[in-house]
Amino acid sequence: MTSSATPAPGGPPVLELRGVAKAFGQVIALSRADLRVEQASIHALVGENGAGKSTLVKIVAGLYQRDAGEMRFRGEAVDFSTTAEAKNAGIAVIYQEPTLFPDLSVTENVFMGRQPTDRLGRVDRKAMRTEVREIFRRLGVHIDPDRLAEGLSIADQQLIEIAKAISLDARLLIMDEPTAALSGVEVERLFVVARSLRDEGRGIVFISHRFDEVFSLCDTITVMRDGAYVSTDSTVDVTEDEIVRRMVGRDVTELFPKQAATIGEPRLVVEHLTSAGVFHDVSFTVRSGEIVALAGLVGAGRSEIARAVFGVDGYETGSVRVEGRPVPKRRPTAAMAAGLALVPEDRRKQGLVLEETVARNSTLAIRNKLTKAGFIRSASENSAARVWASRLQLKTNALDTLVGTLSGGNQQKVVLGKWLATEPRVLIIDEPTRGIDVGTKAEVHRLLSELAGRGMAILMISSELPEVLGMADRVLVVREGRITADLDRSVADAENVMFAATHALEESAR
Amino acid sequence: MTTPTLTPEKVPNAGVRIARTFVRARETGILLAILVVIAVTTAINPTFLFSGDGWRDLLLTPSILALVAIGQAIVIITRNVDLSVGSVVGLTAYLTGRLFADIPGIPIIAVFVIGALAGAVLGLVNGALVAFGKVPALVITLGTLYAYRGIDVLWAGSNRINASDMPDAFLGLGTGSFLSIPYLTILAVLVMLIAGWFLRNRRGGRELYAIGSDPAAAELYGLKVTRRILTAFVLSGATAGLAGVLFVARYGTVSSQTGTGLELQAVGAAVIGGVAIFGGSGSVYGAVLGAVLLLTINRALPILGIQDFWQQAVVGVLIIGAIVLDRVLSLRLSRRLVAEREVTA
Amino acid sequence: MTDTQVPTTSAPARSYPDYSRPLWQRWLLTREFAVIGALIVVAIVASATVQNFGTPVTLGFLLLDVTPILMIALPMTFVIVTGEIDLSVASTLGLSSVLLGVLTKAGMPFEFAMVVCLVVGLVCGAVNGFLVTVVGLPSLAVTIGTLALFRGIAVGLLGTTAITDFPFFWQNLAQQRFGTSGIPVIMVLVAVLVIVFAVLLHATPYGRGLFALGLSSDTAAFSGVNVARTKFIAFLLTGLISALAGIYWTLRYGSARGDNAVGLELSVIAAVLLGGVSIFGGKGAMHGVIAGVLLIGVLQSALRLANVSSDAINIITGVLLIVSVLSPRILAWARGSRARRRRSQP
Repeated sequence: MTSSATPAPGGPPVLELRGVAKAFGQVIALSRADLRVEQASIHALVGENGAGKSTLVKIVAGLYQRDAGEMRFRGEAVDFSTTAEAKNAGIAVIYQEPTLFPDLSVTENVFMGRQPTDRLGRVDRKAMRTEVREIFRRLGVHIDPDRLAEGLSIADQQLIEIAKAISLDARLLIMDEPTAALSGVEVERLFVVARSLRDEGRGIVFISHRFDEVFSLCDTITVMRDGAYVSTDSTVDVTEDEIVRRMVGRDVTELFPKQAATIGEPRLVVEHLTSAGVFHDVSFTVRSGEIVALAGLVGAGRSEIARAVFGVDGYETGSVRVEGRPVPKRRPTAAMAAGLALVPEDRRKQGLVLEETVARNSTLAIRNKLTKAGFIRSASENSAARVWASRLQLKTNALDTLVGTLSGGNQQKVVLGKWLATEPRVLIIDEPTRGIDVGTKAEVHRLLSELAGRGMAILMISSELPEVLGMADRVLVVREGRITADLDRSVADAENVMFAATHALEESAR
Repeated sequence: MTTPTLTPEKVPNAGVRIARTFVRARETGILLAILVVIAVTTAINPTFLFSGDGWRDLLLTPSILALVAIGQAIVIITRNVDLSVGSVVGLTAYLTGRLFADIPGIPIIAVFVIGALAGAVLGLVNGALVAFGKVPALVITLGTLYAYRGIDVLWAGSNRINASDMPDAFLGLGTGSFLSIPYLTILAVLVMLIAGWFLRNRRGGRELYAIGSDPAAAELYGLKVTRRILTAFVLSGATAGLAGVLFVARYGTVSSQTGTGLELQAVGAAVIGGVAIFGGSGSVYGAVLGAVLLLTINRALPILGIQDFWQQAVVGVLIIGAIVLDRVLSLRLSRRLVAEREVTA
Repeated sequence: MTDTQVPTTSAPARSYPDYSRPLWQRWLLTREFAVIGALIVVAIVASATVQNFGTPVTLGFLLLDVTPILMIALPMTFVIVTGEIDLSVASTLGLSSVLLGVLTKAGMPFEFAMVVCLVVGLVCGAVNGFLVTVVGLPSLAVTIGTLALFRGIAVGLLGTTAITDFPFFWQNLAQQRFGTSGIPVIMVLVAVLVIVFAVLLHATPYGRGLFALGLSSDTAAFSGVNVARTKFIAFLLTGLISALAGIYWTLRYGSARGDNAVGLELSVIAAVLLGGVSIFGGKGAMHGVIAGVLLIGVLQSALRLANVSSDAINIITGVLLIVSVLSPRILAWARGSRARRRRSQP
């Protein structure tokens, strides 16, 4: 069995990072990261996207090697070159998307690679099952240890990862946005588990955007911004507003040069869009010149809505109309023909072909329009690509540079250029500035603002509140697949957006 | 501290049992199919089963393919494939013949061992190229299929090994029986039991499934992926090597074309037997049953009035049928698992 | 003015050259050029060392031998670029050959029989395409099954017999040469096919879609590429061209047999991969493929003339295949270790 006695108070911190830095080529992911996680503590790590949190986690987990700085685990200096080393030392990471082996049973997943064996060298299934049952009992979890890992909910998969961590007697657990895909009851269950782990003396790092959870669960909170450490406080000593201010670091209004735009006719009308288990009865309108933001927590279903509108995913009932004409579902080419464009959430996997050139990426969506007598010539691709590269001030050496080598901001420019080249009537853009440096962020915002000023209808999905509040004419808040609020720019603020994002329409405050 | 009450996972046993029987159903399904084929064919022509030769051939003919299918199954479970086994069988068969012809009095057991070892070495080459080169096994074993066959043909030339070159005891092994079960079948069953035990009970065996189920996760877990893949290919080569020796014992003649096309039959047998082509699931028992079903159907065709020219077409239909069935069933299973989950959430 | 015009800012205008490297680098530092170079070297060495190699007669036979592989390699390139594989091409060839014989023998006008065979080829391709794109099965498993199925039907129809009675005109067409040059007349058809496929791959939206899909099927789907249809068409093409190759094969050898061209798929795939097409999909060029096919053809022809056992050629083909797919890895490893050595030096 696995629990060790709660160590005497005053022992060394479970994890200590000092001055850790990491760069990827030109991109500085971490300039200075400090962190000190005590034993028997649940320590929140907050920061905007791009603040460096996930890089930090990956360094601690042994996935990346740090370029500079110190790392101490349980008082000793450590250097992990593989994830296995970190795991064996006693560090467990529970990712948003757990990696389990779908074809193997829950029990085997917990023990893979270190199964107990009996005298004959046989895997001791009985011992494994007993231990897993015991761990599940302590956690209050009712999953059959013999079932295949395939088809388990994210919540259950996370619990299995936690069971793994307990079985390994991990002293440090890092939970990366664990509640993003969980329902209310599942979140509660997770919190009970986390508190019991803490009481056993383990240290937990809790990364989340949800402040109500952070403040209810965690005792300490560290803020990071733009790859650097900002502050650490006890949660009792600090307010949410103060944290948000430190995360953003400057006045919200300065960042986003929003142009006034005349708002015209409805361009995109979505009615009663439903896809079982994903989103339900979603209706909204985007007018020309308008920037409508879809706000909400990660996992609320916003990207799914966008993908369904654009036709990459299907939906069951409802309708999508652009300028009055219905858009057939499940056919991106039809959506594009109707005037829709989607800049997707995952730039690298859905927006770009990383091993292709700037020219080819920029012209992928208009390749049918660039033909003469059915043929494409590189010359026409290059000139089309050049138009957008210069309009968007793309920083690249040549048009045949592989897009995978560009910085995040420039990659986003290529994706934007690709879609703007299709001359859309409605632009849907999912996380426009995720993983982008500050300078390019401003450029993107200016671009969106100008496009709206010229009459483009823009649907913007964003998890960054300051961006939402600064850019949007209207804010639609999505929670678990439903729209819970429709706030005009004049009334929207961080509070009511967050409230709508975390509460169902009829629910009262938790 | 109390945990919030949750609806306990809906009758866990039912869900698991359904999953379990689904897996087992494949092997039992194949077994049933085999029995049906035998029954129908025997009804038409009783000598198919009820004669000295009938019973013997029923067990003997698939034994060699079964052996190769065992090794193939192990490789496929890791999400790879070994297309070179046919050439390996050809090479080791010729090696066997040469050993007996050139070294009179060589102990038979030594030939078995040398044959298996030779196969293992050929498999090691495959494994090394796949594991270190990180190139898909499809391509590597395509290349070694060519290369090994070339070596075989170069070596054998137009020589044929004939039964007269073989010691009687050896040939007797090939066609003889113990308690009416052919020796070769016993050997194949033994290998199947050992392989099955290894895959089910040893860490190394379980890791093979993990690697096939999610190779990226296997790396993250720190599993020794390279070593396991090497092992899988060595085992595939060794079983093919052994099969080459058995081939000579059974048929007595070897030419440079021996074993041609065996790789596709072996992959087919494994796939029919429930080994998922994407890896991560299946068993050697299924692969052996698949081999038995395949060859039994082939032998039954003439009796059922279908010219044996149509054998290969039947194999094709079986393979496609098996993978379509797999897909349909797995889609239904995951839909059910997701639905169960939504009810309890 | 459209919605999408963006006014230029005050920042200085950048220039964006088309290419980051000079032309010679872009053409020469490629896998395709390596294969072309190897082809030239082997051809020169062969002409110098092997008697009778460079003669029109041998050249003619070389081209006749290589024609079916070259023909099928063209659509096979498409399939491999999308990240799939088609192992059933030789079986489709065999089936088409058998059907041609059976229909001709049954009295159908030859031209009509040819058309029927091509249609059957399309059907074979459609079966593969359907199982891969609609049912969602892996192409390796599917085409192993159809390899057996199509070949099985071919063998089932003819058994071990052969049909050898074909119209002289067509047989002659398949074998005749242009005057004394040694170049077979059929090369006209081959050349047309090569041009069509090369243009399709490198100069059409369909081709652009193929490459995008092979490198990132998600991005392709998000960008309006119809992934299923693109792959389906690729399989249709392998089926069609394999059937065409079957007609050619029958006419050239004057014999329709169930076991015609058994194993040919391996030569085709080896040639395509040798030609620089990546097995992972998304990369490749037609001139490399042609060089790959010719390289194998020249090697085989030269070795045969030099009285080397034609099966020693198998060893060489196998090793060539392995080397060609490993070479990017080896190069990357070499570059990596040089960089590591540099870094560790003070």
